[in-house]
Amino acid sequence: MSGRLGTADVIVIGGGLHGCSAALHCARRGLSVAVVEKDTVARHASGVNAGGVRRLGRHMAEIPISVASMALWHRIEELVDDDCGFQPAPQIKVAESEADLAALAEREARLRAAGYTHEELLDRDRLFALLPALSPHCMGGLASLGDGFAEPYRTTFAFARKARALGVVFHEETTVEDIARAGDGFEVKTGRGTLAGARLVNCAGAWSGRFAERLGEPVPLEPMAPMMIVTARVAPFCDAVVGATARPLSFKQMPNGTVVIGGGRLGSSNLATGRTDIDFGELARTARTAAEIFPVMAAQRIVRCWAGIEGRMPDDIPVIGRSSTTDGVVHAFGFCGHGFQLGPAVGSIVADLVVTGQTDMPIEPFSIRRFATTG
Amino acid sequence: MTADYDLAIIGAGPAGLAAAGLAAELGLTVALLDEQERPGGQIYRAIETVGASRPLTAKALGPDYERGRGLVDAMRAARVDYLPGAIVWNVSRELAVNFSRQGGSRELRARHVLVATGAMERPVPVPGWTRPGVMTVGALQIMLKTSGLVADGRVVLAGSGPLLLLLASQYVEAGAPPAAVVETVPRARYVEALAHLPKALRAAGYLAKGIRLMRTLARAGVPVYRGASDLSVEGGDKATGLAFTQGGRERRVEADLVALHQGVVPNQQITRLLGCDHVFDDGQRCFRPVLDDWFATSLDGVSVAGDGGGIGGAVAAEHAGRVAVCGIAHRLGALSEAQRDARAAPSRAALNRDLAIRPFLETLYRPPREVLEPADDVLVCRCEEVTAGAVRGAVALGCPGPNQAKSFLRCGMGPCQGRVCGPVVSEIIADALGSDPGAVGYYRIRPPLKPLTLGELAALDTDTESGTA
Repeated sequence: MSGRLGTADVIVIGGGLHGCSAALHCARRGLSVAVVEKDTVARHASGVNAGGVRRLGRHMAEIPISVASMALWHRIEELVDDDCGFQPAPQIKVAESEADLAALAEREARLRAAGYTHEELLDRDRLFALLPALSPHCMGGLASLGDGFAEPYRTTFAFARKARALGVVFHEETTVEDIARAGDGFEVKTGRGTLAGARLVNCAGAWSGRFAERLGEPVPLEPMAPMMIVTARVAPFCDAVVGATARPLSFKQMPNGTVVIGGGRLGSSNLATGRTDIDFGELARTARTAAEIFPVMAAQRIVRCWAGIEGRMPDDIPVIGRSSTTDGVVHAFGFCGHGFQLGPAVGSIVADLVVTGQTDMPIEPFSIRRFATTG
Repeated sequence: MTADYDLAIIGAGPAGLAAAGLAAELGLTVALLDEQERPGGQIYRAIETVGASRPLTAKALGPDYERGRGLVDAMRAARVDYLPGAIVWNVSRELAVNFSRQGGSRELRARHVLVATGAMERPVPVPGWTRPGVMTVGALQIMLKTSGLVADGRVVLAGSGPLLLLLASQYVEAGAPPAAVVETVPRARYVEALAHLPKALRAAGYLAKGIRLMRTLARAGVPVYRGASDLSVEGGDKATGLAFTQGGRERRVEADLVALHQGVVPNQQITRLLGCDHVFDDGQRCFRPVLDDWFATSLDGVSVAGDGGGIGGAVAAEHAGRVAVCGIAHRLGALSEAQRDARAAPSRAALNRDLAIRPFLETLYRPPREVLEPADDVLVCRCEEVTAGAVRGAVALGCPGPNQAKSFLRCGMGPCQGRVCGPVVSEIIADALGSDPGAVGYYRIRPPLKPLTLGELAALDTDTESGTA
């Protein structure tokens, strides 16, 4: 189909949390914005992730953004007119062995040396005071007490709704077929017509690689499908978000009593169809971890298992920054399964880059050039 | 990957039983998994035990029920690995079937999977339908078949569909005539259905049976209220009566138990989980998987026979099971194309004869709008307590389909996995958007299909390689 779909100052590809946040922050800076989404808002990782709002355990490079985003989360309603189901709660990583304890102590020391104080060591007594239902073999922990969790679909939907209220136009179920330079700006060819814009933002998650490639800066982005479990309601027994040190786990009890268990074990995904499939052999290991750390869980009923599609970079941190080849393009993708908490702040960074080409945040480690091969 | 069986059949009702017997005869290795401890499905439930131990119940259930005995006997005599009490909680696109049985979980792999999981009753969300003292007609029939029990007190049966009259008549035969039957078929519908009568005469046995059932009710003096609408279950903590409108007048019947029914719809959980293509069937007013002439789905290696592929009833299911197996045996190399066609011909002819009644029944018993699109204050998702009005509110906020409504409201996220609210939520959203259910779609169904404890999953023994991404 041809024809003009619209014109905007900024065209954002991708209606996940990062795309919606970028659109919202651009609109707040007075720009006209169009978001193009091949499915519907929050269809993939943004709508179905574990919802952890976590500074704990972040890659050193992500900490400044994570800290800035945490401040936004604590007053998220001011930003999007919805509390996004955000609940302040401790995030705690549990040590199950002496080696785990040593690793956590080393981590805490490294952060302190870098000037961060949000992560603190817990001795066994303090750990069990916070998490009485833990298995007795747990020995201590590392906590970020001012973190929390939120409802992912509701959050992304709230960002989209607020963006719409500020004039952002959403083109859902609209697939981007090609992007091309047109004068100083861009033409984005979609299945429903062409969009013209002065600036382009690539927030297409696991699907971002093809746009980077089109711009002459291919990236080693792979799809990943972290699997999640939710149980039937259980009487309240845990009000922190719990992880393990030596094995993947993310564990939390929601206010309605259900328990959401994830942590990064992967199912399979298909970028062409958007379908994910659960690998139960693999998910059994997550179930084992959860039941070993919280023995009460073994008898609980699983209601549903699912996985969302997300993009992953080889070094497990995202791409955030300006294009290395094309003026007017900003990338924010490849959050490797831990982008949810970063969403509010990264949208603001993207808006800064769109408007001024600069940002105060240290984003050099996220440069798209870091995997570029020469020659 | 080596398969444990040529064919895994899920469900031991008429389709699954007939399919298992024929598949074994054709030389396929067959596993027949069924949730119940005894074969027969819902329609022939407890068929092996009723006749011998409870002759009075057998008499009440009538001769059509007896038909199941032959199917069960044939399956028992065939070389089939029959696995009763097997609760299938996942089927993968690679045709691995995960099931719980005897306290543990197992996985079996098959070269072909035949889904024969039949139908489920269409939910009937009328005001008060979640009150204690409200059941479905199907649930009452299960009590009768399994334990020979009839409900105590004044039982009112309400709604429409063949099962409504059948159970009413079975209650009469069992010596417990219902206090009233309230039928929601509008008068004009009879006229509309007459157009399909000539075709229906090809399956005249069904018409005769319907007339017999109505005579039984009349003879027993059971009051039958026809053309009722605006059904509402009254009471506080417990149902005390059913209110409705008939001929412009408001009426009320006292009841200790109200049993609702609006026909049955295919159980799509497995085919949805597998991502098979589905279509909305306007005649049956429900989704069903898209099937070819041999009952194969859009996913290679998966077929559906019986009511799970579209409502045809127990006898049609039996024939469909045999036709499906002919197609499967050909796909697996056990029958040539000519052998397949020859072998399937009698079953296909019988199937077509039997299905001749469907257009008549579908027209006559089309569910009323008040059930498809309930009033705002009626609960549609019982697990998460979401009302029809909340779903309409989500649409107004921009939720374009059932999956967004599910994420937004949690409807369909409870232990029933959306079985109950799924059909209604698609109807409500379609209506609110001026669209149709086929266009707005249906919940994405996630595993496990049946409750599974975390401990059971933790103990799952699979030797699959880890790390697929």
